[in-house]
Amino acid sequence: MKCQYCDKPATFHITEVIGEGGPKVLHLCEQHARNVLQKEEPSPIASIAGALAKQLQLGQTKEELRQLDQKACPVCGITFFEFRNSGRLGCPMDYTHFESDLSPLLVNIHDSLEHAGKRPRRAAATAETQGDLIRLRKQMEEAVVREDYELASELRDRINAMQNTPGPSSRGLVSGGEDVSGVSRSDIPGSDSEADDADAGDGGNDDAPGEVA
Amino acid sequence: MREVADLSILAQGSGEWLRGTGPESDIVISSRIRLARNLAGFPFIRKCSPEDRGQIERQVRQRLQTLPGWDDIQYVDIDALSEVDRQFLVERQLISREIAESEGSRAVAIDPKEQYSVMINEEDHLRIQVMHSGLDLDSAWEQIDQLDDAIEGEVLYAFHPRFGYLTACPTNVGTGLRVSVMLHLPGLVITQQIEKVFRSMQRINVTVRGLYGEGSQYTGDFYQVSNQVTLGRSEPTLLKMVGDEVVPRIIDYERKARDFLVEKGHQDLHDDVSRALGILSTARKITSEETMHYLSKVRMGVNLGLIENVAVDTINKLFIHTQPAHLQKLHGRVLTTSDRNVQRASYLQRHLLGPKGRPDELN
Repeated sequence: MKCQYCDKPATFHITEVIGEGGPKVLHLCEQHARNVLQKEEPSPIASIAGALAKQLQLGQTKEELRQLDQKACPVCGITFFEFRNSGRLGCPMDYTHFESDLSPLLVNIHDSLEHAGKRPRRAAATAETQGDLIRLRKQMEEAVVREDYELASELRDRINAMQNTPGPSSRGLVSGGEDVSGVSRSDIPGSDSEADDADAGDGGNDDAPGEVA
Repeated sequence: MREVADLSILAQGSGEWLRGTGPESDIVISSRIRLARNLAGFPFIRKCSPEDRGQIERQVRQRLQTLPGWDDIQYVDIDALSEVDRQFLVERQLISREIAESEGSRAVAIDPKEQYSVMINEEDHLRIQVMHSGLDLDSAWEQIDQLDDAIEGEVLYAFHPRFGYLTACPTNVGTGLRVSVMLHLPGLVITQQIEKVFRSMQRINVTVRGLYGEGSQYTGDFYQVSNQVTLGRSEPTLLKMVGDEVVPRIIDYERKARDFLVEKGHQDLHDDVSRALGILSTARKITSEETMHYLSKVRMGVNLGLIENVAVDTINKLFIHTQPAHLQKLHGRVLTTSDRNVQRASYLQRHLLGPKGRPDELN
């Protein structure tokens, strides 16, 4: 018997017991079996595509979907089309920017829209602050590329000022940082470098035993 | 925490989750919990620049370095590893295939018992995992919850008041929690009840999938049960659904199937598992599929008391140690497929022919 995806002989016979319509038997070669078996969970793209298909059936017109596809996040730039194709969002702000578009998807996948589990012991920065941080980081990188180190350093200071890294007890803190430790100085050429870190652990393996067998 | 680039030291032993101990360990191989987390103020991985990835990696590494009680953690720069070493960590279930095959700054922190693994820059900035032998979700949750809190003490997680912990893929949003129990179900496979059992569970929100493939006419005997939903239910509810409702029912069915096999065809079953042991301990070359297939039978034989000279943890370890990257790590060089088949046979022989399966050699 040949593999379902190529001409090699099928040596793996896998019963997939997920999804609708009952279990399904796959006949695969070693390579394709590995691809299937080592994925931790079913493809998110499939479940997103499935949820979107349902959405379409529920009255959303093709024209509406076309418009939605062009909608882009102002922070990371991802379009809904890109998300739909990759199954991955671009930044935390997408959940705010695409909230009304994602909601039907989330209901389809989780049958719920309200988080009911643990919460961080301290509140995260507001969505706006998080979006600003991402934007400033991007601008800083661009400034470094342009070798505009003055601007880069100014931006770094602003990021540091915005980024709060409060202790575990500061419950409910929003933004407006009190700590500047979050951004590494190594981002700016000429400042202290953390390059040493990369080599730090190598010495520890000199005593690693050789082969067993 | 020390940073390592050579994994030979790991290759000598095996993770605690392979000990074959813990509740229901004749059927439940392992209980695994993972949490997906992202840092606030950074894009998700898909939109991260190399600088962003580097920053995230440094921030998390710095945090892990100062965690109390984490002095003996090994920190592995995955980008610097050879392909065999990456595959080795995948086989050991310490990293995902996705992080092994991606590019750019990424790392994993592992404790010496291989209970904890923290992947950095996988699909999400952080994938925290705790794995235990047997059915042991509650203590695994306690451990991962504490580690999550400790990391969160210094870094700011992306969190939405309504949607919970924000993840790159909406299928993980909310708790970011995936509870996975790996089951060995040869009884249900042989009696051809497996599909029926899982079909009866389709209305429950769990995902069941075969884990390893098997030779020719057989299907896999290893199955993983996980929660599908991550939003709208609390962590204890999700743990309870998998660990208290679904898994015990499957265990019950598997026990009944095994009892049935022992009663109805004791001689046939005894013959079958003994032949499997015979092939594994005398073959001169053997593929990994064939090895999986016969090890599965031997494991059931050991658990039913039909095979007495082999320890169950030896079998558990052989499932991992006979995989391609492990054989190559143990030999310290790259082996071709046919070399591996020869080395695999010789490895199996050495570990199965001893008086007690010589489990010591595998520790």
